[in-house]
Amino acid sequence: MSQQPSPIVNAPSEATDATHTVQFRIWRGNASGGAFQNYSVAVSEGMVVLDCVHRIQAEQAPDLAVRWNCKAGKCGSCSAEINGKPCLMCMTRMETLPPGETVTLEPMQTFPLVRDLVADVSWNYRVKKNIKPFKPRKPDHADGSWTMMQEDVDRVQEFRKCIECFLCQDVCHVLRDHHKHDEFIGPRFLMYTAALEMHPLDIEDRVSDLKNKDGIGYCNITKCCTKVCPEHIGITDNAIIPMKERVVDEFYDPVTRLFRMFKSKKV
Amino acid sequence: MMQTPISLPQARGFLQTQRKDLWWLVPLLVLAGLGGFIVYSTWAAFEGTNFFIGGLEQPGVQRLLSPFYSPVLWDPRGMHSGHAWLGELPAWWPALLPFSPALLILPFPAGFRFTCYYYRGAYYKAFWGDPASCAVGEPAFRGERYRGEQKFPLIFQNIHRYFLYVAILFIGLLSWDAVVSFTHYKADGQLGFGLSVGTIVLVLNPFFLGLYTFGCHCMRHLVGGKHDCLSCSKGRLGRYKRVTWLNERHMLFAWISLIGVAFTDIYVRLCANGTWTDWRIL
Repeated sequence: MSQQPSPIVNAPSEATDATHTVQFRIWRGNASGGAFQNYSVAVSEGMVVLDCVHRIQAEQAPDLAVRWNCKAGKCGSCSAEINGKPCLMCMTRMETLPPGETVTLEPMQTFPLVRDLVADVSWNYRVKKNIKPFKPRKPDHADGSWTMMQEDVDRVQEFRKCIECFLCQDVCHVLRDHHKHDEFIGPRFLMYTAALEMHPLDIEDRVSDLKNKDGIGYCNITKCCTKVCPEHIGITDNAIIPMKERVVDEFYDPVTRLFRMFKSKKV
Repeated sequence: MMQTPISLPQARGFLQTQRKDLWWLVPLLVLAGLGGFIVYSTWAAFEGTNFFIGGLEQPGVQRLLSPFYSPVLWDPRGMHSGHAWLGELPAWWPALLPFSPALLILPFPAGFRFTCYYYRGAYYKAFWGDPASCAVGEPAFRGERYRGEQKFPLIFQNIHRYFLYVAILFIGLLSWDAVVSFTHYKADGQLGFGLSVGTIVLVLNPFFLGLYTFGCHCMRHLVGGKHDCLSCSKGRLGRYKRVTWLNERHMLFAWISLIGVAFTDIYVRLCANGTWTDWRIL
């Protein structure tokens, strides 16, 4: 039998023997303001935070705005802040949260709010368009193909795991606290640039952009982006710091600059 | 229904957060650990005595030198460590200028640690609160005036690789001190071979410093990371993988080596002032 939405707003759903009740504190509002509202939810074994939000939607607050899609940690849609930590709601199991405590749910703080748990992440797509695209060298073979060794693309393939949930952008204090959206592209796109820049076939030069346009120097290596990444990508160590070092090669290290004068640029 | 009157995006105050975990613990440990090391090493550097044992006046005692004082360019006046490269402090050194052999040495390894990518992230959080921890509010005064490492003064962090070159030199110097620690003066003034607990301490010190230094992000870049094609040169991929293995444990080795170098100084210092005796094994 299908469950009918409760006509009483914020009333707890019924807890049975196999469930327990958890208090939620969810941000409700839009760009002009809002407030936290409390909800009680019956939680059963195996439920994730997104399941609870759906139950609240179904039973208590049908107008609660939440973005989601795959419920499998692959689409990157249900990014939010759970107890102050940027997380995917669909990948956060209820049993991993402190038992007996109220769960606080907020939208991502780094982007403009649309409504409730939904933030407007379109800034990210605009940033991405401004990054120089992949520019391969001439094909190695007459049929238009190239030869690559797996070990040369291993580094790049790690970055390809990104699902663009933008949790790294959300937690980055350069954007979150200092609002440098006009001067800093954020960890997601520093990594995207690294994936292009390190690609063995690519011949485009983005190092100057990294320093002058993308604001890589604003990153002070707090590694928060790495900590929140649901795909466990080594964003700081494997993408941002290697790009910082390439910027040093190009702009801050006179000895390397001297050597580079006698060598071809892309090896 | 409880309501909190805030609008989004929320401008959080300093240390404000919705986090419920012990987010303050790691920055606090870093503050205590790094702060304690800075205070101790500064005191030890100015102290100027008790930095060696096993000089000519101590026959049979293994020759141990504190890593804070290595290499000893000049001995303080009236002191004969047996380690000085250029003898006693020259007469032209101004009497009013404080002298300790460590003051000429410590800025280099200190510079390497200060500009290290791991330590930067750690002390920006612990000492600057920039941010104190992930998703925790920052001091309001910084706001949009934040400059990061994009501009002066922190743009000088880009000098890190030059400190790396000096740090590698220091690994060599400290390894030499470890070799010297296998020796002692005999009663007739000749050198003899021996092994003590202090020798083991002095051997472990450059070993752990090496694990930290050679796992540096700059080293990873220089041995191969700067190239798009790792397989294009013989040995490049192997070197890159080995440094990457160390780099993945960079934080661990950073702390082990920091504690190790402080302990080595404490060991030599306590042996030198007579609190401990350096136990001879061979």
